[in-house]
Amino acid sequence: MLGQILVFGILVGALYGLVALGLSLVFGVTKILNVAHGELVMLGGYASFWAFSQLGLDPYLTIIISFVSLFLIGAFLYRLIFSRTVKLPEETKIKNTLLVAFGLSIILQNLALRFWSADERGITASYLGTAFTVLGIRFPVVRLANLAVAVFFLVALQLFLRKTYTGKAIRATVQNWEAASLMGINIHKVYLISFAIGAALAGVAGTLVAVNYSIQPSMGLTWTLKALIVMVLGGLGSIPGTLVGGLILGVTESTTSYFISSNYREVAGLVLFLLVLIFRPQGLFGVKEG
Amino acid sequence: MNKKRIISFSLLIITIIAMALLPLMIKKDSTINLIILVLLYMSLASSWNILGGYTGQTNLGHAAFFGIGSLTTRLLWIDGFPFFPSFLAGGFVAVALALLIGIPAFKLRGVYFAIGTLALAQILNITVGNIFPEMSFNPAISDYQIVPRYYLFLVLAILTIGTAYFLVNSKWGLGMMAVREGEDAAESLGISALKHKLLALVVSAFFAGLVGGAFAYYHVSYYLNMPFGPEWTFDPMMMAYIGGTGTIIGPIIGSIFFVGLKQLLVWNVGEYHLIIFGTLFILIVLFLPGGLVELWKKAQTYLRKGPNQKKTGTPQIAKT
Repeated sequence: MLGQILVFGILVGALYGLVALGLSLVFGVTKILNVAHGELVMLGGYASFWAFSQLGLDPYLTIIISFVSLFLIGAFLYRLIFSRTVKLPEETKIKNTLLVAFGLSIILQNLALRFWSADERGITASYLGTAFTVLGIRFPVVRLANLAVAVFFLVALQLFLRKTYTGKAIRATVQNWEAASLMGINIHKVYLISFAIGAALAGVAGTLVAVNYSIQPSMGLTWTLKALIVMVLGGLGSIPGTLVGGLILGVTESTTSYFISSNYREVAGLVLFLLVLIFRPQGLFGVKEG
Repeated sequence: MNKKRIISFSLLIITIIAMALLPLMIKKDSTINLIILVLLYMSLASSWNILGGYTGQTNLGHAAFFGIGSLTTRLLWIDGFPFFPSFLAGGFVAVALALLIGIPAFKLRGVYFAIGTLALAQILNITVGNIFPEMSFNPAISDYQIVPRYYLFLVLAILTIGTAYFLVNSKWGLGMMAVREGEDAAESLGISALKHKLLALVVSAFFAGLVGGAFAYYHVSYYLNMPFGPEWTFDPMMMAYIGGTGTIIGPIIGSIFFVGLKQLLVWNVGEYHLIIFGTLFILIVLFLPGGLVELWKKAQTYLRKGPNQKKTGTPQIAKT
């Protein structure tokens, strides 16, 4: 039984890691704390739901649609709103982007309510019930796909950051944006691309949420909180850390569901989050600065 | 200057008297309900403003204090306690919660404090929903009267705003603002940041708890975790920002504006007012950090001195 709890926790945790990946990238590069991340996940879910029900695409093929549409939405939102905070000093910037993103989340939530009603929707794949059993432990296909998709995007993002020019420019900006800008790197472009990729990753996570659970306009805050928890657990701005943080959250939730009650699984994650914030603000694996 | 003070003081007295006489003139319950809503938000936004506006600690968990106050009052009152002690108990339990979480929470600075308080309110929201899954009904529904509720909210709004006014104009208030402008600088001048932040939190939580208690008295039936919902933090926060954080009048203007807008747009189905309000909130944070109060001041200077006057006041955020 313990093995089953662990496996379930890890497979759900991979999805949590993916949800946090975009938030962590955006925060690490631009210092924008986008608490409307959960709403971007929601939009990705609706994009996939639309492609699945209207175009009849396979649920996992709709990832392309949610990725591309959220990339564009992210670029648009950055241009329209977040680009205006670039020049602020870091602490003010984080606080102001947090507030602005809250306003944005309320707008997106109510727009979604207006267009798609408050009904819950979900993508029901034909292979939803399929599962393997190895050593008495069930591995549902849909949950295994979480891990595969999360690892795929994590590796792709790492390769992008290490091998391409744009990726290197992003890393240079993280290290020292002033020096990077003196070397001829266009900081605005770097921020724009990072924000758009972060949104696109939220979109992909939205597809998985729609397949694994369900989507509705008010889902944003729950997923934003999960992403924040994972980001803090894994260490702020650390990309491999987000997957580890996601797995920790997933296992914490699944053990809580089993030993206490599934009603308290979110509470367990939040309590863990507060403890880490107070006692290890640099994250579980982060190194203390200075 | 002194003349101006007398004028504003008499205006204030007239407003309070007019508000006190209002239920004698208005017989429509729906209008009184609307004013109650304004008074509720006014008190809640003003209480948020003490910590969030004057002390600079963005509290995203204000709903926790509102919720715990309403929960305490409701449970005691329905259990048979007289209302007034139950109401006060709501405020004191909120203070107890504030003290309990204050010291660990203030180890977190800036944005960590914000997301930490957000997480805390969500923990309480979910837990209370798990413990009390049923809807709470008011047993005394047969003799429900709106007028005593109206006066409770009116007195509470006057008390909250009055306390905020006297607090921020005291030595403690100056300390709170010093902490907001620069924690390290304040500490170096011998101002204990922790003490000032705790005081602001306690006062803010006390009034939020009392507003929660009044809410428990006012609402006939609701889920007990409903007052813990995040909208009880975000709506008052947006009201404070739109009116002008760190001013006494700001949350007052913001709450009237919010309820007015909601009422105007209620004829259309959906939550249009939140879309407009959210947009306005973003614009204010980006371009007009002082809110409508700052806009008003700017307009006044403009009218008095003409357009070619040198810019004064708070520096604007650089546009990109």
